[in-house]
Amino acid sequence: MTNKDRTDTLVPDEGLAPASTALPTADVLEELATPPRSQWRDVWDQFKTHKGAMLGAVLFIFIVVAVYLGPYLWTIDPTQIDIRSRNQGPNWGHPFGTDQLGRDIMARMMAGGQTSVSVGITAMLLALFLGSFVGVLAGFFRRLDGPLMRLTDLFLALPLLPLLLVMMLLFREPLSAAFGLERGIFILIVCAIGITSWMPTARIVRGDVLAIKEREFVLAARSIGTSNSKIITRHILPNVLSPIMVSATLGIATAIITESALSFLGLGFPPDFPTWGRLLFDGVDYLQQYPERVFWPGLAISLTVLSVNYLGDGLRDALDPRIRGR
Amino acid sequence: MLNFTIRRLILAVPTLLFISLVIFLLLELAPGDPMAQVPLTVPPEVKEKMREALGLGQPMHIRFWKWIVQFFWIEPQVLVDSMFGTTFSEGDLRVISWQTRSPVMDIVVQRIPQTLWVVGTAYVVAILIAIPIGIYSAYRQYSWFDQMGTFVSMVGFSVPPFFSGVLVIVIFSVQLGWFPSIYDTTLVVNSWDSFVVQLKQMIMPVMVLALQITAQLSRFMRASMLDNLNQDYVRTARAKGLSEYTVVMVHVLRNSMIPVVTVIALGIPAIFGGAIITEQVFKVNGIGQLLIGAIQANDLPMVQTLTFIFAVLIVVFNLIADVLYGILDPRIRYD
Repeated sequence: MTNKDRTDTLVPDEGLAPASTALPTADVLEELATPPRSQWRDVWDQFKTHKGAMLGAVLFIFIVVAVYLGPYLWTIDPTQIDIRSRNQGPNWGHPFGTDQLGRDIMARMMAGGQTSVSVGITAMLLALFLGSFVGVLAGFFRRLDGPLMRLTDLFLALPLLPLLLVMMLLFREPLSAAFGLERGIFILIVCAIGITSWMPTARIVRGDVLAIKEREFVLAARSIGTSNSKIITRHILPNVLSPIMVSATLGIATAIITESALSFLGLGFPPDFPTWGRLLFDGVDYLQQYPERVFWPGLAISLTVLSVNYLGDGLRDALDPRIRGR
Repeated sequence: MLNFTIRRLILAVPTLLFISLVIFLLLELAPGDPMAQVPLTVPPEVKEKMREALGLGQPMHIRFWKWIVQFFWIEPQVLVDSMFGTTFSEGDLRVISWQTRSPVMDIVVQRIPQTLWVVGTAYVVAILIAIPIGIYSAYRQYSWFDQMGTFVSMVGFSVPPFFSGVLVIVIFSVQLGWFPSIYDTTLVVNSWDSFVVQLKQMIMPVMVLALQITAQLSRFMRASMLDNLNQDYVRTARAKGLSEYTVVMVHVLRNSMIPVVTVIALGIPAIFGGAIITEQVFKVNGIGQLLIGAIQANDLPMVQTLTFIFAVLIVVFNLIADVLYGILDPRIRYD
């Protein structure tokens, strides 16, 4: 937008236009004096107007910081068993209380949050990579479009939760033997979630690539002999970034929920390795005596997912140029 | 229309075959031995015999073919036999569960009514709540009702059923003691009192499932109504002097129901999948709990069959949604 304005105002200087427009008017000068606004500045301005999205962003950053930096301030080991101070209610020594083995619940919430959030982010990145890869290939190369989209449809027709459960059952032992118990299950869960959730991204990206591929700037790039890979990385990918970013935020939300669901069904991480889903699952046994043990991890999951969803909502509005500036 | 339906039907066959192959291969290529639980004192040749008795002796493609035949040819025959008293399937081998040594399908048939009751009621309740909310939020866009609706459906999206389920148990059965926390499937409804008990035990699982579905459906209904409310035909209808009720509830609603109906059809299989967690929370012994039990007991035929039933549901309802869309919106038929 700003570039176009500039060329319009620069034309008179070449002496081809009538004299009346030769001198730029005052507000054009003013506009020239202000530096051009980048696209991301506009996005940020629009994003700021969405209150829910700002709140979501702040909350999400707070949760991530609390979960990763919290253990440096709250130095109790989450696996330390102190059987004499078991089943305590909230007090100054243990703000969230202790569990049936006397482990500090606040420390366990932080440790569990680290696992849950990192599973969410890693699985989202994997799904995003797969989805964008398939989507760009299908949109850009007409010959691959049919087969890849049929593949996407087939994956969409798979019963995901049952298949995830089956994958957990079958590959748990060999992977934990190969990479160690915790890392093996981490790899398994991330791969399982990534492989089963790339399809929506692929569909959205393909649709956008199909539209962008026909635009003039791609034709121009092609006419000066740009190779396909350069066209994709320099011209196509930056333009499909906004749908990819929106599906990234939604991807984190679904990945966190899926991981917690697996842990809740007893098929996620091992019992001594806390995640929010696992803490919730362990808390269910003490539902009648200590309902707060279920409440904290559940609230953490819900708040994280809610904040990420609002973030995605605001991002979608901010990245849509039709809504921006309205 | 018939042409369109047949084309979709033909497309569904390779999809189903692909899914059955994926499920079969996943279980086949996975490490893990069904004989792992057998005591070490059993000699190897006996173990080999047991393996053959379970049908594990043959090459992979033959077993895949046998499984397909069992599922698509023998099991329907059994169904016909039990319905009409015929004897088509006599002597045929059926898919046998490794846990109970009885045919898998018999157990599934025992479990399906519980799931259908809970899931079906939840779906109906959710539709009945979501559609009026969607209509009103779209009609009064950005009003406080709409803002509330947006917030509630965001919460509905974000609170996973294993938390909302546990939360309602804490509130309504531990603290208030209004409803039982465990779903009793042996209850026989034959009097007013037992009906009340049945109603009480269904409220919580139904509400938990319905909250999630309502969140999605009402947003969808709202978006669809908003698309239609700004169309030219609405202005025409108002200009003709039709009452506001007729414009919104007849003209706009009928057009905006087209995508919503297909979404409702598409959502049914997903609900069966999602009900796995809700069944686990409220201890409903439906097919979701059967699947979890089978997974924990390493009962591969049961897992295979159940996963495949979920897949068949998805494919069938995709088909129904496609055909419904074709019936409701004539423009779709001629692509």
